[in-house]
Amino acid sequence: MNYLSIKNHQSVPVDTIPESEYHSFLIGNIKLMEGNVDRHCVNYFGMRDGKDIRLFCCVADDSAHTIMLTSCRVDAKSNLESFSALNLNFEKFEREIHENFGISYSNHPWLKPVRYSTSRSDAGSGMMTYPFFGIDSEELHEVGVGPVHAGVIEPGHFRFICNGEQILHLEIQLGYQHRGVEQLFLEKKKLLQRATLAENIAGDSVIGHTTAFSYLWESLAGLEVSDDVLFARTLAQEIERTAIHTGDLSAICTDIAYQLGSSVFGRLRTPVINYFQEWCGNRLSKSLIRPGRTPYPYTEYLAGRLIEVFDAFEPDFDEMIEQTLKLPSVLSRLERTGVLTYQQVLEIGTVGMSARMHSLERDIRTSHPYGLYPLLDHNPIVKHHGDVHSRARIRREEVKQSISYLRSLVTKIPNETHYDPTAISNMPLKPDTFALSMTEGWRGEICHVAITDSRGELALYKIKDPSFHNWLALALSVRNNEISDFPICNKSFDLSYCGHDL
Amino acid sequence: MFENLKIMYHQGKQYIPDVTSVEVPGIFRGRPVITSAPADEVFLRDLCPTNAISLAPFSIDLGKCTFCGECARAFPDKIRFTKEYKISTNIRERLVIREGDINTIEVDSTRVRKEIHSFFGGSLKLRQVSAGGDNSVEWELNACSNVNFDMGRFGIEFVASPRHADGIVITGPITVNMAEALQITYDAIPEPKIIILAGTDAISGGIFLDSPAIDRRFLDTHKPDLYIPGNPVHPLTFINGVLGLIRKRK
Repeated sequence: MNYLSIKNHQSVPVDTIPESEYHSFLIGNIKLMEGNVDRHCVNYFGMRDGKDIRLFCCVADDSAHTIMLTSCRVDAKSNLESFSALNLNFEKFEREIHENFGISYSNHPWLKPVRYSTSRSDAGSGMMTYPFFGIDSEELHEVGVGPVHAGVIEPGHFRFICNGEQILHLEIQLGYQHRGVEQLFLEKKKLLQRATLAENIAGDSVIGHTTAFSYLWESLAGLEVSDDVLFARTLAQEIERTAIHTGDLSAICTDIAYQLGSSVFGRLRTPVINYFQEWCGNRLSKSLIRPGRTPYPYTEYLAGRLIEVFDAFEPDFDEMIEQTLKLPSVLSRLERTGVLTYQQVLEIGTVGMSARMHSLERDIRTSHPYGLYPLLDHNPIVKHHGDVHSRARIRREEVKQSISYLRSLVTKIPNETHYDPTAISNMPLKPDTFALSMTEGWRGEICHVAITDSRGELALYKIKDPSFHNWLALALSVRNNEISDFPICNKSFDLSYCGHDL
Repeated sequence: MFENLKIMYHQGKQYIPDVTSVEVPGIFRGRPVITSAPADEVFLRDLCPTNAISLAPFSIDLGKCTFCGECARAFPDKIRFTKEYKISTNIRERLVIREGDINTIEVDSTRVRKEIHSFFGGSLKLRQVSAGGDNSVEWELNACSNVNFDMGRFGIEFVASPRHADGIVITGPITVNMAEALQITYDAIPEPKIIILAGTDAISGGIFLDSPAIDRRFLDTHKPDLYIPGNPVHPLTFINGVLGLIRKRK
């Protein structure tokens, strides 16, 4: 099987992506990844092409810093051998292809609905008909939670099968948040509308998703942005990471009823997101990142304020996290809770923190660097136990690491460039082109793919939030835990519902 | 124990003493002001990503606005976003800002149902339902209850069970897949009850309005008691909005 190697944020003519016959496409891609932990599938999707479905597979090689593209044309009514039977990384991608196009798989282990998208092939199915895995036992019982949860969070349904207090199995049904984002990307023609969509994919990962969209659009438009744009994106990404990680530490403390940690981390997040407001007028950084430009110039004053904010933040954060991770009552809840083994992490193909929690170094900032990350000499934080404690400690160290990056970044502010937003908005996109863009959001690898048609209009827009990989990790991590530990497991992953449901 | 006390001492007082008058930091975009300065109004209408700008008369609908500020950047003499965060109201039309409108947006207490003041004036428990919300408004609603904003001081709290709630806070544009769960949750709340729409997506559907994955029929049969604009809503907008609804003006 031939493949085409591209770099992150690169665009290529669609017809240069090699097309293979399905069996060699399947075996070829499985072989690409076999026994190589540096390779995983970053996107695998279908696109209607006349009567056929054209499947595109994107496998990233982290050590070679490339993405290997392959494709295959199949009939929508075909019954195919599944990738997932040989490599579980493809599990959800194939479910999505099945849901959207009706392609059936003869040996998929778990061919269930993904999100009940409006364009699904089986319109008769719906949220209320989800085929849960059932039990027929006198001893076991089921617990259903959601879609509306106890806290102020997004909706999803969790179905547990328990033996007494012990969880034997968890199945997660998502899709409640489906808003048709990918389709809207094609229908909304104005650049500002698309940027607005990008920042609404997941409102807690505004920088991650808008940055991925922006690089993608610039690649399709053939636009090179200047240093001040790269600077703003890199800086904003690390501020977002700091803010959300701190908020998550607060939520972890809440779920183990450690009131002091909950309050202190909760309030420590405030000055960080207020800093976003000082910079761009929005606490969650909406409107800060735009394709082709940076609407809010970064000034010496803002740099000074950043140092002030983090000079005040760090001593309080250090004191609180040290105390939290030293308390026996905290440790007894975090250690050995929600464990995934290295083997499971590999099989699922988790990304971001959910990979780094167990010895798997996956971080787009080093593997497919972009923005100013090559200058930062980033070294991913990796832990080795795969439990809630590992995930909490990753957050602690990533907060410290991000702050050190922020401090070094603001010592050299690039000169401001003048932009013409109208001229940028009117730039045409290259016709018949495929582009792929990855960024490392605070959750992990975000991947956007776009394909244009012969007129340079978007023909496909595909979004993959890291949660798309990682939800399965949560479901497996809670097995054999007490059901009372579920909230803390859930919070330690902190996955996105809307980023998954789109 | 001593370590905990030391941390508490270092933290000092973190709450905002007066959440009704505190000034927000930075360049927050709140209630806009439109002047009579000349501007290419057609250009501005077409610029807006969510069709919040209308012509004749020129106006901005805060129920549709994403507060991105692009219009104000294009014509700074025409449109200026102030730092005024009190922009919640019970009258949908009040969210439409026209040329020369400089008054604070308020709840019209004469049009608030009587039982809201008498039942909820001193205490209000809310059940939030995210129906396609992107988790930004949800983060900000959680922030309302943190030690900085401390909404609990007014007896306003989010609760887990709709049976314990006095009202529902809807975030997100209301998806087809969540519509039924929203209705069930609303039905489970005992009477009398209120409906609050928090955020641009909830008030108008925002950027998602035209999507076939959105089903806003719930709002055809249920009248909201309070509209809280924002993308996401600022905690101060939320707290002041709810206070404006439940408390009688003296």
